Amino acid sequence: MSTLSRADIDVSATGIARAAGGARVDLVLVAEMVERGAKVLDVGCGDGELLRILSETRDVDGRGIELSREGVNECVAKGLAVIQGDADTDLGNYPDDAFDYVILSQTLQATRQPRVVLEHMLRIGRHAVVSFPNFGHWQVRLQLLFAGHMPRTDMLPFSWYDTPNIHHCTIKDFRQLCTAVGVRMEKAVALNAWGSPLRLNAPWWFWNLFGEQAVFLLSRRD
Amino acid sequence: MSEASLTGSREAADAPREADQPHDSLVAHFGDRPLRLDAGVELSPFQIAYKTYGRLNAARSNAVLICHALTGDQHVASVHPVTKKAGWWETMVGPGRPIDTERYFVICPNVVGACMGTTGPSSTDPKTGKPWGLDFPVITIRDMVRAQAMLLDHLGIESLFTVAGGSMGGMQVLQWAASYPERVFSALPIACATRHSAQNIAFHEVGRQAIMADPEWRGGRYLLENTNPRRGLAVARMGAHITYLSDAALHRKFGRKFQDRANPTFSFDADFEVESYLRHQGISFVERFDANSYLYLTRAMDYFDLAADHDGVLAKAFHRTPTRFCVISFTSDWLFPTPESRAIVQALNAASARVSFAEIVTDKGHDAFLLDEPELFAIVRGFLDGAGKARGLGSES
Repeated sequence: MSTLSRADIDVSATGIARAAGGARVDLVLVAEMVERGAKVLDVGCGDGELLRILSETRDVDGRGIELSREGVNECVAKGLAVIQGDADTDLGNYPDDAFDYVILSQTLQATRQPRVVLEHMLRIGRHAVVSFPNFGHWQVRLQLLFAGHMPRTDMLPFSWYDTPNIHHCTIKDFRQLCTAVGVRMEKAVALNAWGSPLRLNAPWWFWNLFGEQAVFLLSRRD
Repeated sequence: MSEASLTGSREAADAPREADQPHDSLVAHFGDRPLRLDAGVELSPFQIAYKTYGRLNAARSNAVLICHALTGDQHVASVHPVTKKAGWWETMVGPGRPIDTERYFVICPNVVGACMGTTGPSSTDPKTGKPWGLDFPVITIRDMVRAQAMLLDHLGIESLFTVAGGSMGGMQVLQWAASYPERVFSALPIACATRHSAQNIAFHEVGRQAIMADPEWRGGRYLLENTNPRRGLAVARMGAHITYLSDAALHRKFGRKFQDRANPTFSFDADFEVESYLRHQGISFVERFDANSYLYLTRAMDYFDLAADHDGVLAKAFHRTPTRFCVISFTSDWLFPTPESRAIVQALNAASARVSFAEIVTDKGHDAFLLDEPELFAIVRGFLDGAGKARGLGSES
């Protein structure tokens, strides 16, 4: 249904090895989708871990936006170029084509307007990298179906009443959003509950059921 | 108590004044190179009093310019010659401090228009042999920065590793980045804005009117007539000082506590601790500051509007800037509230500048930038470390 190729990214050896070294697997996967020396904006950069990985392993010119004041101040104290801001309101301040990549790591589901955020990302940057927890994962489905309560997993540890996540989506949902917005899906990876990439030749329904999280590399359909 | 000290005679009226011959300072004389002012006139001759700390490296790449605030001076990290108090930013600048004088060569000049040795209204006008007074031309933040650039030329420093300052000092930092982007590797504007707000202009006007309403001001000719508008200047300082604090900080520090008494005296004595504190602030200020300088420097801040110099578009002031910025604000600062800093950041983002922005939680108000704020120090240190790596500093220090 899309031009997406799931066979052209090497996530096997290096990614997992470095993940064992301490960095989160999804961050390593995101970092591997970014070209060396690129100019990168990390939206929702948290404590700056991804920016650190990017600058150390990919030699990027990295900037960050983070909502929490604690996160921002920690990043700035590390020497990272990070500002306090909100993905929903502050992306509009950036000019077109200011970055090569705009990254949204584990933040999409916490934005008020995911579609608008995605559109801004691909206006500001030539490419976008989005990672998110897959709400179609079997554990999530089973909890709602059999236990009858809002799902709580390692990826989604919050109770329904205090979660920052207000726009959950499945891998299938996200692909539909990409089609609706008209962006090109260049690469995709799904990770299972143990942080290992799923087989690349698996069908989409398999990813949607067994992928606990997914990482997409997107670009403008020019 | 305030009565006596506010009307006391001027000490040592005949001694050379700090404005002409500053103590514990270096002085650069610009005899044949006039300072071109925004007011359309030239100031010549003029001098700049400054202090330096640390050593300039062989590559001349580790120079840091500290820009002082309205009532600050060049004595940033050493004992003040008049008050004998510690330097005004010793928590930030010094050996092992965030702006580490063992790594960086720190330069702190007194601004044009001030009264601690750089030419200002209390300096002697060489043409008349008398103090300038109100004949001194009105100066701007840009004039201050232009003079500082001349000082750097004089010192043979082409490019600054960083320019740092809070409040009016932050305005100079922004002006530096806008006027001389290629000379500013990194910039630390703290608790400031790209323009002075109407409310801040209003506060300044109250201070100026207090000075001018003092009969001892004598139309600005008090040095010639051997008077001193102490009361006016003290009232100006008292009013301004409130704006540097916060409701929460005043409450925490003083509450409604009485000063050395158990009950109100039913008079207009300083019954409350906060009154006594403010009177003390006013009195100690007049010992070290010149009333006319206060008029000129507040005016310079009022006129500051960086966007207006760039067709009203702030981002144009920073177009293609190579400078790395770290903008810092404080939650309880109501003189230069966080939205002012956010406007700087938005303009820098629109200009694709490399910018960090941190807001620090504190109840200490605007003055927080001068106080012991560990998070501020960590952020400045981290920012400078990162910039130092990019500049290739560190290996030689």
